[in-house]
Amino acid sequence: MSVSPIIEACRAEGRAALIGYLPVGFPSVAGSIEAMELLVRAGVDIVEIGVPYSDPVMDGPVIQDAAVRALEGGVRLADTFAAVRAVRAAGAGALVMTYWNPVLRYGVDRFAADLAAAGGDGLITPDLIPDEAADWIGAADEHGLDKVFLVAPSSTPERLAAVTSRSRGFVYATAVMGVTGARSSVGDAAEDLVVRTRAVTDLPICVGLGVSTGEQASQVGRFADGVIVGSALVRCLTEASTPASGLMALEELVRDLAAGVRRGRS
Amino acid sequence: MPTPMPMPEPVGRFGRFGGRYVPEALIPALEQLEEVWRKAVVDPAFTGELERLHRTYTGRPSIITEVPRFAEHCGGARVLLKREDLNHTGSHKINNVLGQALLTQRMGKTRVIAETGAGQHGVATATAAALLGLECVVYMGKKDTERQALNVARMRLLGAEVVPVEHGSQTLKDAVNEAFRDWVANVATTHYVLGTVTGPHPFPEMVREFHRVIGIEARQQVLDLVGRLPDVVCACVGGGSNAIGIFHRFLDDASVRLVGLEAGGSGVESGKHAARFSAGVPGVLHGAFTYVLQDEDGQTIESHSVSAGLDYPSVGPEHALLRESGRAEYRPITDVEAMEAFRLLARTEGILPAIESAHALAGAMQLGRELGRDAVILVNLSGRGDKDVHTAAEWFGLIDERGTVTAPPDGADGDAGPKGMGPQQ
Repeated sequence: MSVSPIIEACRAEGRAALIGYLPVGFPSVAGSIEAMELLVRAGVDIVEIGVPYSDPVMDGPVIQDAAVRALEGGVRLADTFAAVRAVRAAGAGALVMTYWNPVLRYGVDRFAADLAAAGGDGLITPDLIPDEAADWIGAADEHGLDKVFLVAPSSTPERLAAVTSRSRGFVYATAVMGVTGARSSVGDAAEDLVVRTRAVTDLPICVGLGVSTGEQASQVGRFADGVIVGSALVRCLTEASTPASGLMALEELVRDLAAGVRRGRS
Repeated sequence: MPTPMPMPEPVGRFGRFGGRYVPEALIPALEQLEEVWRKAVVDPAFTGELERLHRTYTGRPSIITEVPRFAEHCGGARVLLKREDLNHTGSHKINNVLGQALLTQRMGKTRVIAETGAGQHGVATATAAALLGLECVVYMGKKDTERQALNVARMRLLGAEVVPVEHGSQTLKDAVNEAFRDWVANVATTHYVLGTVTGPHPFPEMVREFHRVIGIEARQQVLDLVGRLPDVVCACVGGGSNAIGIFHRFLDDASVRLVGLEAGGSGVESGKHAARFSAGVPGVLHGAFTYVLQDEDGQTIESHSVSAGLDYPSVGPEHALLRESGRAEYRPITDVEAMEAFRLLARTEGILPAIESAHALAGAMQLGRELGRDAVILVNLSGRGDKDVHTAAEWFGLIDERGTVTAPPDGADGDAGPKGMGPQQ
């Protein structure tokens, strides 16, 4: 599987793809799956399904808090595959975002096989660079899965070329130097990074870290092939007084973001 | 699809361990660090300045002390202590920190961050930052700021900002996570002074090189004093920096047993410990592939130890290789065993060791009893116990939980054994 056809279809519509992140298991496994299905209904093209991890060095407090609560609630790695199946059934792309140790512990080949069997498109690996990823690259290639590696504003031209040449699906451009979390402005670094990355690859380039509003999605959608939103979505659920009000806030935000990517290039 | 660019070979491996498992954003900083470091270590201006600081500021070479009264509790073997506790700031940590602080200047960076458990690495980093005029922020688990309050005060007096980390277990592991986050956001101006021989390449190799001086000095000092090499070298192993520092010069001496002592906490079978080699499995944590305490889903398991400095669920990757190759052995020491060794060294030799180092002393007691009177055991006394006085006094029932001095237990002088927070905890 691959998310490439989805991003291509969005491009054909003259817009960026909308990619939404939620962790499995928060507020519960069933609750997270319900929220992911809602994302798809409200306009997300690809769901980034987060694996809660005890030591998430790339995540800010909002996502870390949700991950901790998911782990305390007893979420297991295998629950990821149920989320993948649900997202696929809802009609969106399903990429799993995971730190590397849970995959390593599960078994790289076994994880790839189970992910493919569940209908998943691939992995986003924030702490696994291609240099260290020979086992994953082999397993992903065998099972036809996307390998979404990250590039950063600090990446040198040599790193951009090396990282993108090992990527499949799209390239994840981190808009700012920092951890996940909504920011008031996305800044110039994102566009500069997209331009530098386009110079070395034909792959779609999606921008994440910091996007939280339809207006920001619109701005980023003008220069990127996809807009990735995480903390702002998670916050709808963590700050809600009831699960129902959380889902309502989530739906409202996703509709705003979906409208944003649709007016990005108009 | 374009032809794939040739990918650089993975770097910084010790056998299958080590590597660089970090966000791409940090890779350029790690490459810069490695380049600057490799040039510096062959530059007489750098090595000369570090040597001058060690001689005139740290107090190197540190001495060797023979401890015959303590040795009576070690089966009568000869026991020699390498006195890293006598270094400026009270531990081996200064060896590494001065080197990294000088590298920070060479990289043109103005800010350093560090993580700390017991506080010794934080104190050393704050000291070096003050000496060289660098801004300094130290991350420390909130639980550790409470059990090491004296060191928090020392860091603040030295001008560092101490940030209590309230996530997760609120110990060293979470301080490391927070330091990584800061580094990702501020890498252009900031160097992360990692405190031990783990983390992404080149930290394990670089930190080891800054600590090799311990073993280089100790090997010659033992030869001068005893006329032969020691039979055993004992060192405590949290991340493993003091141990790798003293072990490394002995690696080619096949007759010398290298023994690392991990925190066995309440006992490995209790599940409350930091015995990575006894109960961990290989995995990735904080940038390196090494032994990690983890559950079957790959989630890190919280560690436990009476010693904040050993309370860490992972261990340096070079130790993982030494263990798998059989060149070094690793044993767990329980809190009770460590505190008994702490008490004995204080009472027999007038030296209060760091509780970390007391694990190495407890290892010497075991090995001395196994090997007998003809053995020579070298122990790396990695730090002094000033920072641990509160913990030890509480353990032995000399103060209560509020720090109030209590009557001597049993009307005696504290010999009665663990009280207060002792092993019943």
